[in-house]
Amino acid sequence: MDMSLYPHAVAMSADEFMSWSTALINDLISSGTRRTVDKLTGPIWSWAMKNSMHPLHWGLACCALEMAQASAPRFDAERYGMIYRSSPRQTDILLVNGWISKKIRNDIRRLWEEMPGPKWAVAMGECAISGGPWYDAYNCIQGLDQIIPVDLYIPGCPARPDAMIDGFMLLQKKIDEYFKRGVILKDRQGL
Amino acid sequence: MTDEKKTQIPDAQAIAEGAEVTKEMVQEYKSNAIDMDKMWITMGPQHPFSHGLWTLKICADGEIVTDADPIVGYLHRGWEKEVENRTYPKIIPMADRLCYAASMTYTHLYCMTCEKALGIDIPEKTKYIRIVADEINRLQSHLMWMAAVGTDLGNYTAFLWCSREREYWMDMNVRLCGARSTTNYPRIGGVRNDVFDIDCDLPNEEDHSRFMRDLIRCCDHFDKALWDIIYLIDNNSTFVSRMVGNGIITREQCANLGITGPAARGTGVDYDARRDDPYDNYDKVDFDVPVIKTGDSYSRYMVRVEEMFQSTRIIRQAVQKIKALGRNAPYRLKVPANIPAGRTFCKLEDPRGESMMYLVSDGTDRPYRLKVRSPIFVNVSSSKALLEGCRIADVPVIMAMIDMCLGETDR
Amino acid sequence: MDLTVREYQEGWESEIKSKLESQFSGKVTVTKTETRRVYAQVDRSVSKAVCQYLHDELSFEHCATVIGVDLGEAEQKMQVVYHIDNYTLYKGVVVELTVDVPYDDLHIETVSDIWGGANWHERETWELFGIVFDNHPRLERLLTPDTYEFFPFRKSYKLRGSQ
Repeated sequence: MDMSLYPHAVAMSADEFMSWSTALINDLISSGTRRTVDKLTGPIWSWAMKNSMHPLHWGLACCALEMAQASAPRFDAERYGMIYRSSPRQTDILLVNGWISKKIRNDIRRLWEEMPGPKWAVAMGECAISGGPWYDAYNCIQGLDQIIPVDLYIPGCPARPDAMIDGFMLLQKKIDEYFKRGVILKDRQGL
Repeated sequence: MTDEKKTQIPDAQAIAEGAEVTKEMVQEYKSNAIDMDKMWITMGPQHPFSHGLWTLKICADGEIVTDADPIVGYLHRGWEKEVENRTYPKIIPMADRLCYAASMTYTHLYCMTCEKALGIDIPEKTKYIRIVADEINRLQSHLMWMAAVGTDLGNYTAFLWCSREREYWMDMNVRLCGARSTTNYPRIGGVRNDVFDIDCDLPNEEDHSRFMRDLIRCCDHFDKALWDIIYLIDNNSTFVSRMVGNGIITREQCANLGITGPAARGTGVDYDARRDDPYDNYDKVDFDVPVIKTGDSYSRYMVRVEEMFQSTRIIRQAVQKIKALGRNAPYRLKVPANIPAGRTFCKLEDPRGESMMYLVSDGTDRPYRLKVRSPIFVNVSSSKALLEGCRIADVPVIMAMIDMCLGETDR
Repeated sequence: MDLTVREYQEGWESEIKSKLESQFSGKVTVTKTETRRVYAQVDRSVSKAVCQYLHDELSFEHCATVIGVDLGEAEQKMQVVYHIDNYTLYKGVVVELTVDVPYDDLHIETVSDIWGGANWHERETWELFGIVFDNHPRLERLLTPDTYEFFPFRKSYKLRGSQ
């Protein structure tokens, strides 16, 4: 071992050096294994998750009718794997499609926290993006990203079903990127 | 919750010392404990059956519902306060978003109220165009309702077929004014564009515009397609038996509770604002108003289905009258920006009931107070009377027959 | 309550006007009548009696709305406006009753025991304006969250973005 590469190791005591080098070697082996597993299985996870996006069966306002029309025969979201689930514990996507009043704010936060990860939040329609026409309402939140971290914004008032499906195509790309970064590695920020 | 038990059954120690336990003591203990069977169930804001964002709490004694407490307000934006900050034309797209299933009816009502406050009378052709727009929206709204009824009863095919039919009527919306829903089409003093402007290059003079030709074709197709959808539900004894016999209230109770619209006409209240208080040339078109006296969910369902057939009948007659008036008849008037001070109210038959707007104007270009009376606000408040005595499994069916649209409830 | 259904005739509005004004002389003034519409100004002390009379004698079965109007600092009063529909005896007629309520005494008798349809409308008017309906079975917040302590629709409450 070329000790000049590790100048701080030269200053360690023998015990310190033992524990430091064991930790380093463990890390290299385990993260290497982890990284390999991620590289091999990442595409499989992303293929599975992006083709079975399960949103929550929840409609708030006008955009909810367009969401319902998206699962109608003409636009047919189900061919992309989108099945609406009734319980938040069984969903990946929280699709918020209406204006958010102060009364429902706590419940949205709670639904978001009840969903198990990995999960994505979609703001559909102008009201969920930034408050929409109700910019001076005393009871409306100016956008969903005030309460939960949003991954996808679908503009429109109301957003057409084709716009919603187009948005979900973009979300599929985002899911791809998420799994490319690696799921099993604990320290994802380093990548 | 439960009261204190009046009889204390003695414990083991007391019995060992010679206390007596009689049959009467045991029976009294049991009868006091029975209240524990009543349970409040929250069908919360996120619930697959609730068509809209509201909570329905029901108190169930075993399987029978004894009390109901609806909680609304999750979509309250203070609409009536916000419009005090907007000029009159700017309120038209906001009125669209009151009831988003049948948006043109609220905008129509708002424009009617402003025109009455201004004291102007809109041209004849506009009245018929507004009738056509209203009935297209009524059909869209009833088809959305029927799709929801399908999912509630467990008939997913009805949801798909109704959504497919609804797409054709939304196509008619797009052809008329460019937007699928929340159309922003009526204007104060008329409508945004004429129905003759659209595709007027046809060689055959009889057709006058492709839009009106396609509208009649859509009515013809729909009259046949609706029968297919009805057979899905009516020919199946499971679905019919789920609807028959529950949610019964008397006619007097219905009128007193303020229920209006098809839910009231299915209970024997013979009132339709289009026929009995006509506005915008509804007295010049010929149509029937279905009224059924039974008062259960099935009769409310039948009333709405029959209304769909009547709507196509109205559209055909109105299109004939528009063609007779011709391309050059006016369709929009110029109106002043300020509405003179005064109070006006107007009433309209929304697909869900009787909606009203009350305008207090003060001579400026903004309203002083604009109140919206939404039919569903009152229909939802009568949940307790409708749900008393039914089983838990009947709750979605009865509430589906009310046809809720929470945007107009909470405003 | 007489529930015979009659089709619309011309003189109904003046008939209702004369009946109301003779029954409650001085306290009820019918300001104008139009086809199928009767507009009346009613004194607060007889508002409930007028509603009871309309319900029992004239068969006005349906209370469409209870509206609150805040007339602001200039006039120091609010108004409660009722719209009552008729389905049978005077089919199609709507009576509008306007009742003045002064700022320093924002109370008015409830009519929710006459018409069940007024129940939620009165609750909503209370929570948005602060007009108390005496003897209402449940005067709680309905549309706004329970934590609100202000009355949003009063003219003294300004929205952001307004002058």
